Amino acid sequence: MSLLEVRNLRVTFGGTAAVRGISLKVEKGETHCLVGESGCGKSVTSLAIMGLLARGGRRDAERLAFAGTDIQNHSEREMSRLRGDRMAMIFQEPMTSLNPAYTVGSQMTEVLRRHRGTPRAQAVDRAAELLGRVGITAPGLRLGQYPHQLSGGLRQRVMIAMALMCDPELLIADEPTTALDVTVQAQILRLLAGIQKELGLGILLITHDLGVVARIADRVSVMYAGEVVESASAENLFADPQHPYTRGLLSCIPVPGKVKRDEPLGSIPGVVPRIPPGYVGCAFRDRCPHAHAECDGAIPRRAAGPDHEVLCTLPAGWFGRQAA
Amino acid sequence: MSAVPAIEVRGLRRVFRVRQGLFAPPRHVVAVDDVSFAVPAGSVLGVVGESGCGKSTLARMILGLLPPSAGEVLVDGQRLADMDRRARARLIQPVFQDPFSSLNPRRRVRDIVAMPLVAQGSISSADIARRVEEALARVGLSAEQGTRFPSQLSGGQRQRVAIARALVLRPRIVVCDEPTSALDVSVQAQILNLLAELRRELGLTYLFISHNLAVVEHVASEVAVMYLGRIVETNESEALFAEPRHPYTRALLASVLTPEPGLGVPDVGLGDTMPDPANVPAGCRFHPRCPLAFERCPVEVPRTTPNGTGFVECHLAEPA
Ligand SMILES: Nc1ncnc2c1ncn2[C@@H]1O[C@H](COP(=O)(O)OP(=O)(O)OP(=O)(O)O)[C@@H](O)[C@H]1O
Ligand SMILES: Nc1ncnc2c1ncn2[C@@H]1O[C@H](COP(=O)(O)OP(=O)(O)O)[C@@H](O)[C@H]1O
Ligand code: SF4
Ligand code: SF4
Ligand SMILES: [Mg+2]
Ligand SMILES: [Mg+2]
Repeated sequence: MSLLEVRNLRVTFGGTAAVRGISLKVEKGETHCLVGESGCGKSVTSLAIMGLLARGGRRDAERLAFAGTDIQNHSEREMSRLRGDRMAMIFQEPMTSLNPAYTVGSQMTEVLRRHRGTPRAQAVDRAAELLGRVGITAPGLRLGQYPHQLSGGLRQRVMIAMALMCDPELLIADEPTTALDVTVQAQILRLLAGIQKELGLGILLITHDLGVVARIADRVSVMYAGEVVESASAENLFADPQHPYTRGLLSCIPVPGKVKRDEPLGSIPGVVPRIPPGYVGCAFRDRCPHAHAECDGAIPRRAAGPDHEVLCTLPAGWFGRQAA
Repeated sequence: MSAVPAIEVRGLRRVFRVRQGLFAPPRHVVAVDDVSFAVPAGSVLGVVGESGCGKSTLARMILGLLPPSAGEVLVDGQRLADMDRRARARLIQPVFQDPFSSLNPRRRVRDIVAMPLVAQGSISSADIARRVEEALARVGLSAEQGTRFPSQLSGGQRQRVAIARALVLRPRIVVCDEPTSALDVSVQAQILNLLAELRRELGLTYLFISHNLAVVEHVASEVAVMYLGRIVETNESEALFAEPRHPYTRALLASVLTPEPGLGVPDVGLGDTMPDPANVPAGCRFHPRCPLAFERCPVEVPRTTPNGTGFVECHLAEPA
């Protein structure tokens, strides 16, 4: 039984199909990265899983199961009992989930008091312990401070500590380091990786950065225009990318020592299209150098190897394995 | 290489007075602290450093958009302070990070691109129309796209508009402040390729600010690393990436996450103290975070030690 199982999830907002049939699993102790460019539906996917879609968003799925139980028909009360307790979320902008009017300490302890009825003193101890665990050197001081008195990196650490208050089994982190400096990003990711190893929780990490993916993911799902176009173990995805979009993305990234200065980077022409409901054909075909007649029809999801799937009409193994 | 640097700054400093409350004494934020360097004509100087270290403040002083508290800026050998606005605009132009807020939403693209020409006051409207069309074509925009409003363009197209506007006066120098930070990687690659092509064809000099070291490595011929208002290390790009001398440069390089699986997330060893530009530490300003700090560091300011084509400011790099 997977910790999280999403099968054929769809989300629409009026005339926009934001998520168009996504399937993914997160196992216990595993980091699954959902990667893609802005607007491809990463945040909507995570909000749909948590039952936090904005008004006007319609969710539909074959299955949406947490720890073996389908949560689609959970009431709002049952969902809020799960959120922050057994499944926790970290947002890109920490200020969206930190209340500026309360101290860090009162917000952190509130989580534990609400879900577990833990006495105050004990909750404070737990908060201080977790702040220490996420690399904050003066937990006592920070507990008494308000969110705006903290730097971005400290706020994000507080968010992580807060998400861990109730020992969640699943952590969904939506671009947790995108707003941070690279040095702080590395520290926060290292921390997440360490905590995961220690606590064995499952993480669904959302990012647009393939560098982050390479360093932290066990599994990767690459999203484009509301669909997962390629899914594989991190190792296979980087060694043997088979979807033209994945390959294009990888060629765009400057890697020190790889592409010479002044030599052009690979690039994907054009922009991400807006997809109306009922769209047929490959959403990438206007930008794809390999597009052909078949790409206007239904696109098959093909196996490209063990545990490696590609949504593309090209035959399996079309692109040879990358030279190491 | 011409002997006159495209940009030269000498002892440049900028202090902001920030009031926190009605009765609180004002705090002084030293955003740029006694910075000197030169950018050879035809080169690309990449400036890297954490958020708030003073990169944009430096850029705005070099563009003449912000008066320095002390020191001076020379552009193409002339003192910026002595130049009139129009002459300055013909020599040096900006491209900013946010293609959403840096373009007037109520004007059409071609009028936005025409602005610097119109501001010159002496160019005929036929010439303006022709040069706008030329500039748009250069950056890969069609005449039809020129009739649109910024809101009708994608982020990458808007950044092309900003580049066309910067080039329309045929300047020698372009200051790019995080030109691709708001863009997706696929679009970033398009814009970086365009900037490189324009530089080669037009012989431009760039000051290229970015927090992304991999991007800087790709575009810059020299690199300056900024920390809390000072340049703590600068060198020719290859040497800086191959042999970083300053512990902060090393931490920055260590934190670049290249798309190579299996390497894990590196330990950058910086702790959780964040720099506060209103409260610059004594001695070496990096000492509270430096993994190599020793007794002299909190008390003695490191000297500027020549290194390669540039310098480094760290006690460990000083000759014995
Ligand atoms: N107009 C201003 N008034 C007061 N303080 C300012 C002003 N402009 C900048 N500062 C301060 O000066 C310091 C340097 O800011 P600057 O914008 O140059 O940083 P930066 O390196 O460009 O950062 P980022 O990477 O976030 O763009 C910061 O502490 C900032 O808060
Ligand atoms: N509240 C909303 N109302 C309407 N459309 C939305 C809303 N939230 C997201 N969308 C649309 O759904 C798509 C996916 O958005 P999002 O999941 O935020 O992308 P990502 O997180 O991958 O950048 C986009 O086209 C976006 O404009
Ligand atoms: S289905 Fe066709 S257009 Fe889409 S990625 Fe594959 S080859 Fe390209
Ligand atoms: S002078 Fe000291 S504190 Fe500063 S960078 Fe060098 S070793 Fe570190
Ligand atoms: Mg998002
Ligand atoms: Mg800036």
